[in-house]
Amino acid sequence: MISRTAPTPDLVQAALAGRRFRLVDSLLAGGLLLSLFSSLLVLITLLADTLRTAAPVFADRGLVFVTAPLSADPAKAGVLQGIQGSLALTLFVMLIGFPLGVSAAIYLEEYATDGGFTRFITANVRNLAGVPSVVYGILGLALFVNLAGGLTNGRTIVSGGLTLTVLVLPIMIITTSEALRSVPATVREASYGVGATKWETIRHHVLPIALPTILTGTVLTVARAFGESAPLLLAGALVTNFFQPSADASVVQLITDERYTALPLVVFNWARQPQEEFVQLTAAAVVVLLVLLVSVNATTILLRDRFEMKSLR
Amino acid sequence: MGVGKLLMDPLLIDLRGDRGRQRRETLVRRTFLAAAVFSVAISVAIVVSLFGEAGAFLNKIDVSQFIANGWFPRRGRFQVMALVAHSAIITGVAISVAVPLGIGSAIYLSEYARSGTRRLLKPTLEILAGVPSVVLGVFALNFITPQLVKRLFSTAETSNLLAAGLGVGILIVPLVASISEDAMRAVPDSLRQAAYGLGAKPWHVSLRVVVPAALSGIVAAIILAISRAIGETMVVALAAGNAGILSVNPLEGGITLTGAIAALAIGSDQVAGDNAAFQSLFFVGLLLFVMTFGLNIVSERFVRRYRQRY
Repeated sequence: MISRTAPTPDLVQAALAGRRFRLVDSLLAGGLLLSLFSSLLVLITLLADTLRTAAPVFADRGLVFVTAPLSADPAKAGVLQGIQGSLALTLFVMLIGFPLGVSAAIYLEEYATDGGFTRFITANVRNLAGVPSVVYGILGLALFVNLAGGLTNGRTIVSGGLTLTVLVLPIMIITTSEALRSVPATVREASYGVGATKWETIRHHVLPIALPTILTGTVLTVARAFGESAPLLLAGALVTNFFQPSADASVVQLITDERYTALPLVVFNWARQPQEEFVQLTAAAVVVLLVLLVSVNATTILLRDRFEMKSLR
Repeated sequence: MGVGKLLMDPLLIDLRGDRGRQRRETLVRRTFLAAAVFSVAISVAIVVSLFGEAGAFLNKIDVSQFIANGWFPRRGRFQVMALVAHSAIITGVAISVAVPLGIGSAIYLSEYARSGTRRLLKPTLEILAGVPSVVLGVFALNFITPQLVKRLFSTAETSNLLAAGLGVGILIVPLVASISEDAMRAVPDSLRQAAYGLGAKPWHVSLRVVVPAALSGIVAAIILAISRAIGETMVVALAAGNAGILSVNPLEGGITLTGAIAALAIGSDQVAGDNAAFQSLFFVGLLLFVMTFGLNIVSERFVRRYRQRY
């Protein structure tokens, strides 16, 4: 009797695939991986070069650089007004853009029927998301600075904040819509089944489930507004040095002051200065900008995790 | 409502609740509708604000200026063609960097990467996508120009279109990669399995099966990338310079459509009111809006095509 063992699947596979080294396949996979690695390389180069250039500034002056006001003297210049402006602008986006974007998305996803009107609004939102940011700046200039100048007092942080809000609104609507769409229909049906109205269903069931995803979208949106600079150039942000408003100025005085800037614009301004010292200062300002961006992301992620835990409870 | 009445006439029970509840429902619904309609108002405002001043600008100046004499708005010289040419060169450079890198990354992530590699490398693209454009502008000006462009081409100017194009290219790689990857992941596995069943090798499957099947999505990504490259402002404003004379040499500097808007905005304290230089800002903005809007619509068509098929 001849003993026969059944071939293992590995043997079959090896026989089918062959043991040849396939040059074309390896070359292609290597080339594709290389293209992916080049992004990593660029990112590392960018960060390394920025940190290397910025190092002397932080070594010499430490955190004083962050708390010092703008100045034409490279030895004294800091980014204080930029940080203040950027935080105030972000606040505008969160306080106006977030509720407005979420409301519009709730209408489109929960209330609107699939008709011509809804499709028109959805297409419009998608197209708005593709409009270059500098065009939003022109809108801000025409609408908030010039036309509504009586209300915003012209080239103030109010105009800048509203411009950024309008800019991020479409992105906010799109991400929130996606989050709402991912809530299963059974949740809504169960809620209607026990007699809840539409708004009660949305408030108590749909929104809590969608909230973590909505907040993730908000992270990206707020981060985008934080790094945005082109529209602010048009909406009146300054790219020159200016003095701090006096310490006892009221909130109204602060937001109607015709002097404001944002951190990305401080970077822009310094990058255009001819003096050699400003190259280091620019890099240092970039470091501050990136650190703040990371912390904006981190805060919102923490916030999201908190809500996620709540909605699971 | 008494129990007796309920039993008597079950068909007439009103489940809508009290009137306050109904009123609140209507109010909430209208508020949300207003928010949705607001997005349309933004579009209208953009179009109105661009067209009004752009029309006034066209009335004021001679259109024959558009093709000669350079772009010097403060001296009343408006060669729009120079802006368009510089924008086109930068877009060309950006696309020739971003398309191979972006699509290559997308094929690798979708067809080759194991989940561990994917988890490690995908965030790189996401982080790169989150870098503000002004940061890449500084990188293009202070690193790409001196370390790369000037070392390769000693004749390059300090502000040059090539460095700006490379900067914009880096900026749009993540966009190309993420849309192309989505398109390739939407290709059903049955196509890959069928190809392997016929004896195709992995490179055959990815290049001859998956890429052609995802082609409309990839084309959409490229068109969207072109639109983004044309509209990119800060990289260009920092690295490409402000030269208003038409130049088709990528080693020289030149002002672009977006660069012109930024330059006018920075100096707009001197140009206010109905001055032609101030109004040219709106005309250039309108041109930019029409170009990117057209490209976005074409790209949307392509996206819809691949969504329909699978």
